[in-house]
Amino acid sequence: MAFRLKLVPDHTTINFFRWQWLTFGISAVAMVISVVLIATMGLNFGIDFKGGTTIRTESSTAFEVGDYREALDDLGFSDLAITEVFDPSFGADRHVAMIRIGTTDETGSVSPEQLNQIEAALHEVDPQIVFASVESVGPKVSAELITTAFYAVGAACLGIMAYIWLRFEWQFAIGCVAALIHDVLLTVGLFSLFQLKFDLTTIAALLTTLGFSCNDTVVVFDRLRENLMKYKTRPLIDLMNLTCNETLSRTIMTAVTTAIALTAMLIFGGDVIRDFVIAMLFGVVVGCYSTIYMAKNIVLWLGVKRDWSKKDPKLAASPFENAERP
Amino acid sequence: MLQIDRWKRILIIGLCVLGIGFAVPNLFYQRVESHNDAVAEIERTGVETPELAAARDGWPSWLPSSVVALGLDLRGGAHLLGEVRVAEVYKARMDALWPELRRALADQRATLGAIRRLPSPEGTLKIEVENADQMPRATEIVRGFSTPVTTLTGAGQQSLAIQVQGNTITVQLSDAEKAVTDDRTVQQSVEIIRRRVDEVGTREPTIVRQGADRILIQVPGIGSAEELKALIGTTAKLTFNSVVGTGTDPDARPGVGQVVLPSADQDGIYYTLEESPVVTGEELTNAVPGTDPNGQPAVDFSFNPTGARKFGAYTAANIGQPFAIVLDDQVISAPVIRSAIPGGTGQISGSMGFEEANQLAVLLRAGALPAQLDFLEERTIGPELGQDSIDAGRLSSVIATAAVVAYMIASYGLFGAFASISVILNVILILSIMSIMGATLTLPGIAGIVLTVGTAVDANVIIYERIREELRAGKRVAKAISDGFDEAMSAIIDANVTSFIAAAVMFFLGSGPVKGFAVTLTIGLVTSVFTAIFLTRLMIIWWLEWRKPKELIL
Repeated sequence: MAFRLKLVPDHTTINFFRWQWLTFGISAVAMVISVVLIATMGLNFGIDFKGGTTIRTESSTAFEVGDYREALDDLGFSDLAITEVFDPSFGADRHVAMIRIGTTDETGSVSPEQLNQIEAALHEVDPQIVFASVESVGPKVSAELITTAFYAVGAACLGIMAYIWLRFEWQFAIGCVAALIHDVLLTVGLFSLFQLKFDLTTIAALLTTLGFSCNDTVVVFDRLRENLMKYKTRPLIDLMNLTCNETLSRTIMTAVTTAIALTAMLIFGGDVIRDFVIAMLFGVVVGCYSTIYMAKNIVLWLGVKRDWSKKDPKLAASPFENAERP
Repeated sequence: MLQIDRWKRILIIGLCVLGIGFAVPNLFYQRVESHNDAVAEIERTGVETPELAAARDGWPSWLPSSVVALGLDLRGGAHLLGEVRVAEVYKARMDALWPELRRALADQRATLGAIRRLPSPEGTLKIEVENADQMPRATEIVRGFSTPVTTLTGAGQQSLAIQVQGNTITVQLSDAEKAVTDDRTVQQSVEIIRRRVDEVGTREPTIVRQGADRILIQVPGIGSAEELKALIGTTAKLTFNSVVGTGTDPDARPGVGQVVLPSADQDGIYYTLEESPVVTGEELTNAVPGTDPNGQPAVDFSFNPTGARKFGAYTAANIGQPFAIVLDDQVISAPVIRSAIPGGTGQISGSMGFEEANQLAVLLRAGALPAQLDFLEERTIGPELGQDSIDAGRLSSVIATAAVVAYMIASYGLFGAFASISVILNVILILSIMSIMGATLTLPGIAGIVLTVGTAVDANVIIYERIREELRAGKRVAKAISDGFDEAMSAIIDANVTSFIAAAVMFFLGSGPVKGFAVTLTIGLVTSVFTAIFLTRLMIIWWLEWRKPKELIL
């Protein structure tokens, strides 16, 4: 007997609805907390959405944030933030800082002269300093980017909903989108809680999470539809448990492989992309949870049509027609 | 489902081999890139130096030589988003229309009486006609300058909107004409920016129009956004105007159709000029850096025949008068015309260094921007940061792939190894398709590839789990495998379509790195379906045909 790593045993008969009020409650509470967090703490918007300038400096000698601040204080920027970036992949001689300057005037970007002043002032503090990247976005564009981002998430939800409605039934579409909203809210809530940088790439991560979470849900729905055709009279709740148990191994398997890949990226991918990877990793976990505890519960409440037999004669005539499984 | 025709097998293997072939150049990125550069350089100049030949021979020319383009965040470079001030062109059009209108109206002086331009908002032209009872006649003349506009939406619209009020006529561009003009202005701007950037000779710049009046410019390898702005932020609008007067008062009130402009090198000197130029930079055929009689840097230029004729006629008629050479609303110099200049050549001199003279010549050759640009977004990424990101991306991809392969083999044994081969080929195919398409790889794109490594096994996982179930139901090995593939199909398709919808949204609404991510993700979806369904199945079929197993532990 060859060794096989199995995180999920061959036969599971977990009743996913036993704790449904608890899990549903947790989801609801988590969503409310997310909304409250976003409303009270706000999001740490990157310059993509807020406008302004960020400068990434790198130096071979250690520095004090205070020294940088002192050097820049004289230049009279009202909205100035300096943070030191730490990353395990940095060697002992790599010291990185992010300097963020809020919008200064109508055009938003820091003028070339101001930029030169900043660079000169920092050079005096630390002659080794290198300006690894300088980015600035005007308020006009950043306002548009926010709206575009909203549209993007909305359009993706609608598109997915429409597809699922076409492929399945409207109840499934509602269930799936409810799960999606849950995932998006929780991820954004996480960004608010830890004040991670929320910018355009975060939106990309959110959209990817949407795709992944939905992918998960669809695989379960697909099997549910098949079971609905096989067992015409069994109660929906039993069929859902059966389906979930049947697909559990796959759900866990895929979540684990994805999480493995993303964790590698999280550890070794560098600090530039870390927040992006965090968003995706969290999204994958939440997406997996919402598939099992969110999407199908809603379908259960909404109910589905039970007579699928005319749709696919091939499957309806399958040898499993009368074979009830434990 | 377990039979695959021989020709289909050949096709599957062929595609994989082709994919590997087209991905290989990326392993030798630097060598292939210098090969490509050398080939382009030799073709452009026609000269083959030993260094260029060596660079060219560094990569065999019969091998595929397209590599994945690296995004700015990986290669370093500058990114600018500019907005074209399209309204500037309305003003230029009206100012250019005025002399012609004046001539036409003046021809009818006997009936219309005196004609005069009144001050009016920019982009409009307000004309006063002395004899108010002749307004219909005057309007008719003005209308004669209007032409029908052909647009997709409205046929039969006129280019000029003409309003008559009392004894004044207000002329401006109609909305239809404005739309057409905006379109042309942005297109011209894109064209001219491209020419300027090409003149400097950087590699693979991206210059594309975005939305109605925006232009996105990405130039890899350039030191900073400031450098790029100096190159494309200058309008380089060169005009030759008649001088009305000189003074020191910047607030001097000019007459209608006149303008007060500062001197470029003498502080406090202001010239009053006729606003309509005698000749413009559009009529230049060439501009090269040179030196003036005193050995100072200057730019020599020559006009095309029409420009030369206008310039010749003007100088012949105004001997002894000063005229101004104006660049971007600054008077570079205002020499006095000593004699007619019929040859159509001239020189711009003033206080400039050799570097500036060279830059000015480049700008004049490429042509003036039709309107100024406002910069809404600018990003500079240093090459070292890009290299760090590439290294980190490469390391994490390798580790992610190794970890996923190990997990798959631990879970599914031999079949896990099949799936792993598919996943690795999937990454290779993504790279090769991106190379062929000339798609750009960004840092989020690398994350996209890593993510694809995780999700690409999904299709195989769905199939394998299904096969396990079929085996448990007591089916024979071949039947179980065959049914497993069949039954899993609809779930695989649905799952990928939903991911595809998300990726498509990102592609159409995203910009820059997000777009790059969407492209990588989409390609990854397509290739993963191919490798998971066709390649894995082919490997399993080979194994079945070879071992003819009675039992299968999965």
